[in-house]
Amino acid sequence: MLSTLGEIFAVDQLGFPVLSYTIFIPLLAAVLLVFLKEERQIKQVALMATVFSFLLSTLLLLFFKEGTPDMQFVERLSWIAPLGITYHVGVDGVSVLLVVLTTFLSVLTLLFSWKGINQYFKEYVICLLVLETTVIGVFCALDLFLFFLLWEIMLLPMYFLIKTWGGARRNYASLKFVLYTLLGSVMMLVGFVILYLNHQTVTGTYSFDFLDLLKAPLSRTTQMWVFTLLFFGFAFKVPMFPFHTWLPDAHVEAPTTGSVLLAGVLLKMGTYGFVRFSLPLLPEASVYFVPLMSILGVIGIVYGALLALAQDDIKKLIAYSSISHLGFVILGIFALNAQGIQGGIIQMINHGISTSGLFFIVGFLYNRRHTREISEYGGLAKQVPILAGFYLIISLSSLAFPGTNGFVGELLILIGAMKSNWQIASPAFIGVLLAGAYLLWLYQRTMMGELNNPKNKKLVDLDRIEIGICTALVVVILWMGIYPFPFLRMMDGSVGFITDRMTSAQKMAEGHQPNDTIAMQTTPDSIEK
Amino acid sequence: MESIESIRPFLAVLVSLAAAGAVLRFDHEPNQREAISIVAGIVKFLIVISMAPAVLAGETFHYTLFTFVPGLDIAFRVDPLGLFFATVASFLWIVTSCYSIGYMRTAKEKNQTRYFSCFAVSVSSALAIAFSANLLTLFIFYEILSFSTFPLVAHKGNQTAFEGAKKYMIYLFGTSKTFFLAALILTYNVAGTLDFAKGGLFNGQGSPLMLTVIYVLFIAGIAKAGIMPFHAWLPAAMVAPTPVSALLHAVAVVKVGVFSVLRVIFHVFGVDLMASLNLGMPTAFFVSFTIIMASIYALTRDNLKARLAYSTVSQLSYIILGAALLTPNSMTGSVMHIANHAFSKITLFFCAGSIYVATHKINISELNGIGRKMPWTMTAFAIGTLSMIGVPPAAGFITKWYLALGSIEANQIPILFVLLSSTVLNAAYFVPIVYKAFFHQPVAVAADAEGNYGIHHDDIKEAPYFVVVPLVFTAAMSLIIGLFPSYFMALTQGVIQ
Repeated sequence: MLSTLGEIFAVDQLGFPVLSYTIFIPLLAAVLLVFLKEERQIKQVALMATVFSFLLSTLLLLFFKEGTPDMQFVERLSWIAPLGITYHVGVDGVSVLLVVLTTFLSVLTLLFSWKGINQYFKEYVICLLVLETTVIGVFCALDLFLFFLLWEIMLLPMYFLIKTWGGARRNYASLKFVLYTLLGSVMMLVGFVILYLNHQTVTGTYSFDFLDLLKAPLSRTTQMWVFTLLFFGFAFKVPMFPFHTWLPDAHVEAPTTGSVLLAGVLLKMGTYGFVRFSLPLLPEASVYFVPLMSILGVIGIVYGALLALAQDDIKKLIAYSSISHLGFVILGIFALNAQGIQGGIIQMINHGISTSGLFFIVGFLYNRRHTREISEYGGLAKQVPILAGFYLIISLSSLAFPGTNGFVGELLILIGAMKSNWQIASPAFIGVLLAGAYLLWLYQRTMMGELNNPKNKKLVDLDRIEIGICTALVVVILWMGIYPFPFLRMMDGSVGFITDRMTSAQKMAEGHQPNDTIAMQTTPDSIEK
Repeated sequence: MESIESIRPFLAVLVSLAAAGAVLRFDHEPNQREAISIVAGIVKFLIVISMAPAVLAGETFHYTLFTFVPGLDIAFRVDPLGLFFATVASFLWIVTSCYSIGYMRTAKEKNQTRYFSCFAVSVSSALAIAFSANLLTLFIFYEILSFSTFPLVAHKGNQTAFEGAKKYMIYLFGTSKTFFLAALILTYNVAGTLDFAKGGLFNGQGSPLMLTVIYVLFIAGIAKAGIMPFHAWLPAAMVAPTPVSALLHAVAVVKVGVFSVLRVIFHVFGVDLMASLNLGMPTAFFVSFTIIMASIYALTRDNLKARLAYSTVSQLSYIILGAALLTPNSMTGSVMHIANHAFSKITLFFCAGSIYVATHKINISELNGIGRKMPWTMTAFAIGTLSMIGVPPAAGFITKWYLALGSIEANQIPILFVLLSSTVLNAAYFVPIVYKAFFHQPVAVAADAEGNYGIHHDDIKEAPYFVVVPLVFTAAMSLIIGLFPSYFMALTQGVIQ
């Protein structure tokens, strides 16, 4: 029913505001940390906070109602009433897994930081915790103003992470990162404001609320403008070709945890933005821009993969592989069919797991040898067999080997994309091939062959914490790779809602009524039956 | 045709997977470790063969493991074609396990635990492919097979081994991840299903052009079948220890390739669709080129395993040729050749390994007079070559007979000439080996680069029992299935009808 969507106030499966707890516990811990001095206490408090937040987010999975596109665990409070701004959070099939991914990776990054951070440890942990809060908030926010606010605040801790604990060119990289993202997000804000004003024009009330905006009809021309503006906001963040140049710099200079969170969750904010806002709010424009978006996605796939082949620096290689992988996500999302969008969402999670894993592995190596040059390594498998074993599984996941999570995402995306437009999607197979090439070649150059570099002969294998981190990742990789159906089922309702809107928009587009104002009548209850 | 819901196909796959785990567990107790391999092999074979009566009676077994992604299941199904291949693969795993014990211990190979566990995983994958109910399941295990055989190919751990293994990976991964995956996805988008079905799964959907593109992608994507130009991985993979070459590169891996092609021809496209799209004859002529060229390559190779490898490339294309001719007789020959070639070629590889462990010789030019020192090995070798050439009563004769009948039936006299000239070439590269081994005097052995003379001719003895018994057994088998082909023939009829 149409009315139910708007009427949900703090309806919560669990009887307590689980999302707010998940979001704000890390922030509370960060505030608490300001008053603590001892490193041991800092670690304890931070770990307790992230673990607690993670456990709360697993409740979301356990109590998630499948098969409905409705927002769940919703909380809605009036905030700045005169402007129609609310504190409105909730998750659906699109975002719930991303929330859990964020809390999961936060625990792992904190564990990784157990040693190796020699200065400003407290400030470092505070940055991580604030970052966690903002990112979870971004994935839960259903109010566009709240979304934008958290999106911007997120830049601060990331900026400090790169700037303070980064590598040699950290000043350049951190500034570039912030400027690029800001440039995009300013345009995104303009787009949001247009939506906001349109809502006022149509209904007479101001609202930034996503669910309200969903019901406000929007002319085709406005949709085009808003799509373009949001595109810049999201495309810089993803990053899509040709807005990607900040990413390799940021990844290379960031500390390992920064890279992990950047690749694992921050990049997903852009692709998430497309699925959450662009597609449902601007269906006609989305349909119109499909060719452009798919082509940019495919260019990203092939271009990122080719550049990855040419790198000497492990982190740079992985950074370019991210561009290629996120090209797949874009390609899948803009296939606009169920398989493509499901594949796109699952690929966001996969990339979060596998690329974070690769960055962790590089981090382990970097902590030991303080270099990221590929040529410095070689033949490590004999010296550090446990690391090599985990590295192999994570590589396979990243190159989409059957039986790992990467394959599921890639298969669905390619099915979806080939179904929607095989002429555009076919070159993506080159990317599939190249992914195998650059990852296995990297593995061969670092792990296989003879151990020639004498500096590597003193390498020690993973310790218990590090094994724990890798094991957690590998469990997820295999679980999602062998039996992905439960994860896909969670998305069904929301994806169905989006594809329905897309189908009706496609019909409109074929109906040759380019300038008519079209009310979007597709509502969730039409899929419920 | 009835379908029986049964967990047996899955169990058959699982047995060797469990064995792989158990093998790792008994890392330091070689006797227990190898006992596990053999027991698992026997159990596996018994499970496979237990399904034979029902399948021969026209029923199929079916087991859905779980839904992988919406609309696509991981599922197993046992039909005559799958059972045919599974019988061959699981039976020869037992034999190869025995042989491996003798070979690996005599040759003092390192990392035997890794070897036996990877071997078990590979056999599991091969069985899973044989029992796949749909293309997705087949594809997944096809990739797992490539991956689990990589450590086996690179077993020696030296530069040559890595180079060979790299080539192996590049060819197999490269083609499957691009062409095979693309074909699979296009098939799904056109047909809406990936379940194998008698007479094809397309049900009249798809334009002829699209279907032709899909077919070409399949043929290009299944490089394990060794069709030129994607055959070069096979000779490169001969750096592996001989039992690996024997089971994997005469039976499991390459047969998975041709098996997949047969699945595509019979159960994805279906004979009628193949005929109406005119895909059969171009395929037949295309693989004829492989048959002839690979034989010519084989002639020029002095390394025994390399010659066998090229012979395999050539023989694999017989199987595809027979299927592509699309006549009942040629298809009979095609399917039968899976077993005939498996038993005969594994014998030849076993012999090559036997010569290696006994004498450390790898080149044909060094084998003069060896037959009198190693009579069992070389007699088995001779039987294997007779079967390869197609001399009755050896098994290979049945293949050639049906293929020749089929090519006449299809009115393709050029194909008949391909078969005849290939037979001549087979004889030309195999008979001299046997002849030299029995009738030539041994030549004085030149010193190798390190100044070693190797084993003196008079000191050569027959290889250990664990090596000799299996190869005599498989040689005998290639005569027996030539004389009594009824079991395999019955399954073949089940495929064709």
